[in-house]
Amino acid sequence: MATTQATPPGPASGGGLVVEDLGVTLTGRPADVVDDIDLVLHPGEVVGLVGESGSGKTTVGTSLLGYSRAGALISSGKVLLEGRDVLQLPWKEVRQLRGEEIAYVPQDPASALNPSIRIGKQLVELLELRGIGTAESRRQGARDGLAEVGLPNDDEFLNRYAHQLSGGQVQRVALAMAFLPKPKVLVLDEPTTGLDVTTQKMVLDTMAELCRAYGVSALYVTHDLAVVANIADRVAVMYAGQIVELGPRDAIFAKPMHPYTRALLDSIPHLSQARALTGIPGRTPAPGARPGGCRFNDRCSFAVDACRAEVPQLRTLEAGHEVRCLRTDEIGLWDINLGNVPDADPDRARDVILSVEGLDVFYGRKQVVHDVTFDLAKGEVVALVGESGSGKTTISRCVGGLHRDWKGTIAFEGRELAASARKRSAEDRRRVQYIFQNPYLSLNPRLTIEQIIRRPMELFGLAKGKQATDRVLELMEQVALGPGMLHYQASRLSGGERQRVAIARALAAEPDVMICDEITSALDVSVQGSIVSLLEGLRKERGISMLFVTHNLALVRSIAARVEILQAGRVVEEGSVVTVMETPQRDYTRNLLANSPRID
Amino acid sequence: MTEAATLPDPFEEVAPPRGRSGAAAWTTWLLRRLGLAVLTLWLVSVLVFVATTALGDPVRAILGRDYNSNPGRVAQLEAQLNSNDSLVSQYFSWLGGLLTGDPGTSLANQQPVWGQISGSVVNTLVLMLLAAVVMIPLAFGIAMISAHYRRRRPDTVIQTVLLALAGVPEFVTGILLVALFSTSVFHIFPAVTIDSPGGHPWDVPKGMVLPVATLVLAVTPYVSRIVRATLLDVLDSDYVELARLKGIPEPVVMRKHALLNAIVPGIQVIALQLAWLAGGVVLVETLFAYPGVGRQLVDSVRNHDVPMVQALSMIIAAVYIVVNLVADVLSILLTPRARTAISS
Repeated sequence: MATTQATPPGPASGGGLVVEDLGVTLTGRPADVVDDIDLVLHPGEVVGLVGESGSGKTTVGTSLLGYSRAGALISSGKVLLEGRDVLQLPWKEVRQLRGEEIAYVPQDPASALNPSIRIGKQLVELLELRGIGTAESRRQGARDGLAEVGLPNDDEFLNRYAHQLSGGQVQRVALAMAFLPKPKVLVLDEPTTGLDVTTQKMVLDTMAELCRAYGVSALYVTHDLAVVANIADRVAVMYAGQIVELGPRDAIFAKPMHPYTRALLDSIPHLSQARALTGIPGRTPAPGARPGGCRFNDRCSFAVDACRAEVPQLRTLEAGHEVRCLRTDEIGLWDINLGNVPDADPDRARDVILSVEGLDVFYGRKQVVHDVTFDLAKGEVVALVGESGSGKTTISRCVGGLHRDWKGTIAFEGRELAASARKRSAEDRRRVQYIFQNPYLSLNPRLTIEQIIRRPMELFGLAKGKQATDRVLELMEQVALGPGMLHYQASRLSGGERQRVAIARALAAEPDVMICDEITSALDVSVQGSIVSLLEGLRKERGISMLFVTHNLALVRSIAARVEILQAGRVVEEGSVVTVMETPQRDYTRNLLANSPRID
Repeated sequence: MTEAATLPDPFEEVAPPRGRSGAAAWTTWLLRRLGLAVLTLWLVSVLVFVATTALGDPVRAILGRDYNSNPGRVAQLEAQLNSNDSLVSQYFSWLGGLLTGDPGTSLANQQPVWGQISGSVVNTLVLMLLAAVVMIPLAFGIAMISAHYRRRRPDTVIQTVLLALAGVPEFVTGILLVALFSTSVFHIFPAVTIDSPGGHPWDVPKGMVLPVATLVLAVTPYVSRIVRATLLDVLDSDYVELARLKGIPEPVVMRKHALLNAIVPGIQVIALQLAWLAGGVVLVETLFAYPGVGRQLVDSVRNHDVPMVQALSMIIAAVYIVVNLVADVLSILLTPRARTAISS
C-alpha cells in the first residue's frame, strides 16, 4: 500500500496505533462497508476522522477496538497496538485490551450511560471487574478523574444517575470514565453532537488537555470539519468507505486537494462573513451501491470520464499529505473565501409582519421566558440564538401556537394572535408554519411523501385531486426531491431528504412566516449547507419571512439579517447580524462567539 | 432588555433541585397509592354487591323451583339475608361485616363464611407463591438465554416452545402432566392433592409438584417473552455498546447492564400473571382437587351461596390490587428516574 510507506515512520514501539489495510464487510451480502483504510495514530496525537453519515467513519472507529456492529464483520487488515494485532488476538485478550488500552467515548449524551447504575459505580466498574487497585483507590481515582474533567466529585455527585446530569456533564463523565484505566488510545465518536457551542468547546478542550497530559493518541470521529479544526493534529477525510484525503491539519484546511474535502469545507458557514452555503448534491452511496471508478464521481463537479473508469489510489502530494483523486494537478487551488457574499444589509427598510411584545412564558408555575420583545419583517430572517435552556425553542413554540401558557402580545400584520393554534383562524394557521428540529420524528411514518405534502393543501382548501398532485410534484422539485419519491414512506429517506419533505409540507400551505426550529442540527454539515441554500432561495423568490432558531452563530451570519441573543429566557443582545457579530456588546455574546468552532 | 447576564461558569453546574425530604415525599406518595387502592376495593365491593344482590332476587335465585312451593324456607332465607331491608342498608351491613372480619354465614352449611374460606385462601396463596418462586427465575433465565442467542437456533427453538405453551390451555397442560408423571408413563407424583382434614395440602410435598408445574408452565411463556423483547431493545442501546467497548465481559453486560433495565416491564407482567392466578386457578385447582379459593368459588356459585361468593370475590379482588400495588412500588424503586422524581 502506498499509504504505509508514505506515512511518517510508524510508532514501532512505545504507544500509538497503526491501522493497515482495514476492511469491514456486511455479513449478509458481499459488500464493503469500509476498505483499504491505512491510518497511524502517533502517541499524544489527535487525528480527526471526518465524513458524512454513511461514510463508514464510526465503523473504522469501533474497528480499532476489534468491534463491529451486528450485521458487519471485520474482514481484513491489521490494527497494530505495540506490535500486537488487535484483530488477531483471542477474544479474551481483545476484551482485556478494551478499556484498559483502547478506550471509547460514545456519541449520544442522552443514551451513553446506563440509566440504572450510579455514576460513581459506572466509573469504577471496569477497574472493579479487572481487580485493579482497592475499593478505596478506585473511588479516589474516580474522584480525581471527575476533577480533571471539571466536574464535582463529592459523594452526592458520585451517587447521581445519568438523568440527573446535563448533556455536557454526561459527556465529561464518559471522558473521565475512558481516561480512568489510563488507556493508550482513545476513540471518540462524535461526542459533542447535540451539545451547544459552549459545552462543546469545554468537552473538546478537556479532551485535548487530557490527551496531551497522558500522551494518549485519539481518533476523533465527526461529520463537521470545523469541530476538529482546533484540536486535531492531522485530519483524515472519509467518503463511501475509503479515506480520500489525509494530512496535517493546516494542509487540509489551507490546501484541501480532494473535491470532496473542498465541498465539505464549502458547506461550513463562517463567523467572519456571510457565505452562499452549498451542499453536496446527491447522497453518500450505501455499501454495495457505490459507483465504479472514483466513488465520488457522481457527485463531483470536477469529474471527467477517466474518474468513472479508473479507480484512484492514495497519492502523496507532499510530506504526509495524501489524496485519492486523479485530477489533483488539474483542479487548481481552493480559496476559503470563494463562497463569500455580502452580509445582509443592516439599513434595509423593514416592513414588519410579525411582532412579539413583552412575552412572558410559563411552564406551570415556573416562568421560563421574561419580557421578550422583537419583530420580523417581510422577506427577512430573524435568528433566535442561545444555549440549551435559553428559551429559544419555547418562544418559537408560542409564536407557532404550540404552547399557550404565555402573556404579552404576538401580533401578525398588526392583529393579535390567539395563544394556542386551536383558537387561531384557519387563515392564521395557514400563514404561520412550523418546521421541527428532528425530521426523524416529525413525519408520520405510515404516510407516503405525497400524502404528507398534500395534507396542508386539503386542510386549507388550497388544491385537491390532480391539481394537488401537480402542486406536490412542483414543491418536491423546489426542495430538490425527485418525483420518484412521491410514493415512498419517510423511512426510506435520509435525514436531509426528510427535512426537505418537512419544508415542502410547510410550503404547501403557502405561508408568509416559517418558524424553523433548529432544523439543521440533526443533519450533517453538508446537508445543512444545501438546506440553508434552499431556504435562502425561498426567501428571495417568495418573500417568506423566517424565524430561525439555532445555537450556531456562524450559521446565523450566513442566513439571517437580524439576531436576538437569548440567555436564561431573556434577550440580552439584539440587532442586525453584522453589528452584533462584529461589535458584540455583551460578554455573553462574546463568549458564544469565542466558543464557536471556526475554520476561517 | 434586561441586565446583562454573564456567562455562567459551566463548571459550576448546579445540583438538581432538592425539594421536601425524601422520606416525607415517599410517605405522601405511598399514602396516596394506598388511598387509591382502598378506593378501588370499595368500588369492587359495590360492583360485587350489585351483581349478587341488587340485580334480581337472591332468594329466588337460591331456591329456584322451590321458591313457590316452600314459603317457610323463603322467609327463613329472607331473614338470614336481610333482604327485606332497603338495598342501601343491606349493602352497609354487609360492608360493615366485611370490615369487621365477619362476612356473614354460608347458606350451604350455615357455618361462618370466614372460617370456611380462610383455609382455602391460605392454600391458594401458598400455591401462587410457590408458582411465583419457581416461575420468576425460570422466566428471566430463559429470557436471558434467548436474548443472548437472538434469532439464532436456540432462540428460535425456545420461542417456538414458549409460544406453543402459551397457546395450550392450562388444563390441557395439567392433563398431559398427569398422564406423563402420574398415571400412564411414570408414576412419580400423585394425580390429585392429598387433602387430609385439619392438615395442609403441602404436608405431602409430592402432591404440590404437578399443580405448581402446571401453573408455572401456564405463566412463564408470557413473562419470558416480554422480558426477552425488552432485553433485545436494551442490548441494542448505546450504553450496552459502550459497556462492551469498555471491555465488560458479556455475562456481566447481560446481568448488570441489560437485565437491570429490562426488569421493570417484567415485574408488570409478573404482577398481572400472579393476579390472574389468584382468580384463574379455578381449572387447575379443580383438576388437581386442590382445596383453594378457585375450587371453593366454583362450589359456592353452584350452590347459590351468595355470602360465600361475595366474600371470595372480594378476596380475589384484594389480592389483585395488592399484587399490582407491590409491582408498582417495585417498578418505581427499580427505575432511578421515577424514584428520584418522587423524592425531589
